[in-house]
Amino acid sequence: MFRNQYDTDVTTWSPAGRLFQVEYAMEAVKQGSAAIGLRSKTHVVLACVNKTNSELASHQKKIFKVDEHIGVAIAGLTADGRVLSRYMRSECINYSYTYESPLPVGRLVVQLADKAQVCTQRSWKRPYGVGLLVAGLDESGAHLYYNCPSGNYFEYQAFAIGSRSQAAKTYLERRFDNFNSSSREELIKDALIATRESLQGEKLRSSVCTIAVIGVGEPFHILDQETVQKLIDEFEIVKEDDVPPAEPQPEGEQDAAADQGAGADQGGGDAAASEGAAPMDI
Amino acid sequence: MTMTMGTVDESQRTLYPYVTGSSVVAIKFKDGILMAADMGGSYGSTLRYKNIERLKPIGKHSLLGASGEISDFQEILRYLDELILYDNMWDDGNSLGPKEVHNYLTRVMYNRRNKFNPLWNSLILGGVKNGQKYLGTVNMIGINYEDNHVATGLGNHLARPILREEWHEDLTFEEGVKLLEKCMRVLLYRDRSAVNKIQISKITEEGATVFPPFSLKTYWEFAAFKNPTAGAEGSW
Amino acid sequence: MTKQHANWSPYDNNGGSCVAIAGADYCVIAADMRMSTGYNILTRDYSKISQLADKCVMASSGFQADVKALQKQLSARHLIYQHQHNKQMSCPAMAQLLSNTLYYKRFFPYYAFNVLGGLDNEGKGCVFTYDAVGSYERVGYSSQGSGSTLITPFLDNQLKSPSPLLLPAQDAVTPLAEAEAINLVKTVFASATERDIYTGDKLEVVILNASGIRREYMDLRRD
Repeated sequence: MFRNQYDTDVTTWSPAGRLFQVEYAMEAVKQGSAAIGLRSKTHVVLACVNKTNSELASHQKKIFKVDEHIGVAIAGLTADGRVLSRYMRSECINYSYTYESPLPVGRLVVQLADKAQVCTQRSWKRPYGVGLLVAGLDESGAHLYYNCPSGNYFEYQAFAIGSRSQAAKTYLERRFDNFNSSSREELIKDALIATRESLQGEKLRSSVCTIAVIGVGEPFHILDQETVQKLIDEFEIVKEDDVPPAEPQPEGEQDAAADQGAGADQGGGDAAASEGAAPMDI
Repeated sequence: MTMTMGTVDESQRTLYPYVTGSSVVAIKFKDGILMAADMGGSYGSTLRYKNIERLKPIGKHSLLGASGEISDFQEILRYLDELILYDNMWDDGNSLGPKEVHNYLTRVMYNRRNKFNPLWNSLILGGVKNGQKYLGTVNMIGINYEDNHVATGLGNHLARPILREEWHEDLTFEEGVKLLEKCMRVLLYRDRSAVNKIQISKITEEGATVFPPFSLKTYWEFAAFKNPTAGAEGSW
Repeated sequence: MTKQHANWSPYDNNGGSCVAIAGADYCVIAADMRMSTGYNILTRDYSKISQLADKCVMASSGFQADVKALQKQLSARHLIYQHQHNKQMSCPAMAQLLSNTLYYKRFFPYYAFNVLGGLDNEGKGCVFTYDAVGSYERVGYSSQGSGSTLITPFLDNQLKSPSPLLLPAQDAVTPLAEAEAINLVKTVFASATERDIYTGDKLEVVILNASGIRREYMDLRRD
């Protein structure tokens, strides 16, 4: 009866000037488990929350190395994320084959955004359902970008995407003034705390998060689990009682936030609120 | 030469050059790179053109010198113009340095030789970026290398032995120019296609300058120059 | 128009010699650093050795542009391998990849003469020797390039490797200690430099063993 008439394909405008399919793709990003990135002058740290669909399953990989100087963290459809990571890897290889130097991060991000944009303008295509935090280093310094399915991209000092990322964002917004001069260790600590924020009460352990670092003199790499656990213990981040309660969530949605899962969102899945937001407004 | 990529028939390939430029000589010096070339363009053994510029700045950090087919060189300049324009359009604080441009040229030259459709040149690429001096060369079949001094064509036979004797790491600008002039003078005397109108070009961290053309002082009064056949017995 | 120019050739020979020797727990790979064309020396400081993986090194002589293209191709393929498998390629795997890469251009070959040296999965030294179109063999030692006609018989005489026809198959690795192998390599290059005009200037020796990779250089005659 009240079926949306304007969302049957990506290329159809709504009278309000919106592209619903593109907005739905942006929703997919919000439903994936959280990914966090933050940057100093010399380093970028990526972090993500690992969720499993079942006790019996392992979690999906959400941070990918693209090249020595670039890495990504994804939220949303991991399958789409893998496709885009593969594209980015091959662009990096081609560039260094021609020029024997690393591809500037910003240029890769634009290429990636252009690729996503094409999917918003072809009736036979589907937008990528994944958001990417791209961390990289080039001659103009350290960079952190966010690429979304709409084809938009933004550069950030710090950002978080995915389910319950609002809590992490709130933490980052409180702290980002100091990030530019932060040391590598301080960045990692802040990444861990921001990750904990988005866990919403669940205990922060190395098994539920992945951390990756890129910086001057340090090629992109994912920290192994022991290192992460040591850092968690060292920073004494886990004080279960101290964890501030974030926005209350309906019980059933607590666990359903695995990637692709029908899932929990920072706003408690209030369709009305998010429908009002334009795609770029996250 | 007009050429299309992909399959081309014989009439569209460079099988031999038409108008050619002779040697280019280049050296590293204290603050950057110095390059020298004459301005002649030969049509076979005819001196067809006398004012051809074979040293060109490429972008902010590089300098290109070429010998061989002039039309192919000018085609390469068009490729590089496009490359640098595209690079500048990003306007993101990143730029292609001499290493990147040299590598790009290496791939272009080698690709064309793979299609049996070479760009008939020997190129020298020099430059400075972030305090790093760079001097390399590539030829029409893709052979490429870096060195402290390089030369194309007859310069390899006549100039490099001089450079191997006299070049050193901390040559001043004046010493460098003197050394290049010495090389160019030998080439002028012994390379029949060399002409006495020479350009020298400099690139440092501050950028590239191509100096106005000049001619070398020569001395032709040596007995062997005046009467080269004296002592060579013959009917004439 | 009468023919004034020699026909254009897509190939050149830039000379150079390569040697690799496998020991029980090490591998030595060496090549000179001269690059020539005809009677010209283009440069005296050009490395013909490329590290393709942690425990895999290739030395190549022949046509420099082809060699460079081959090295770049293999490095790119190795990067892809690392992305997909999250580990370094083993030396025998790289050996097969090199063969395939060369054979792929069977009818417009890379004019490249390679020896591949490294450590296999057991940590034993291994050497693979190739022709330009990709046929290859695992051996205990090998020499390729312009000086190989002088070097190979020298190595045959010094290393006396067991015949590959023997049954049961005998291990091909050389009985020498690492230091002896390095010395032998230096000697064969000094000797080859005496007679081969395409070998000289400088010798680059790469040594792979359990503790990692190490490089040594030695000056050779420059005439």
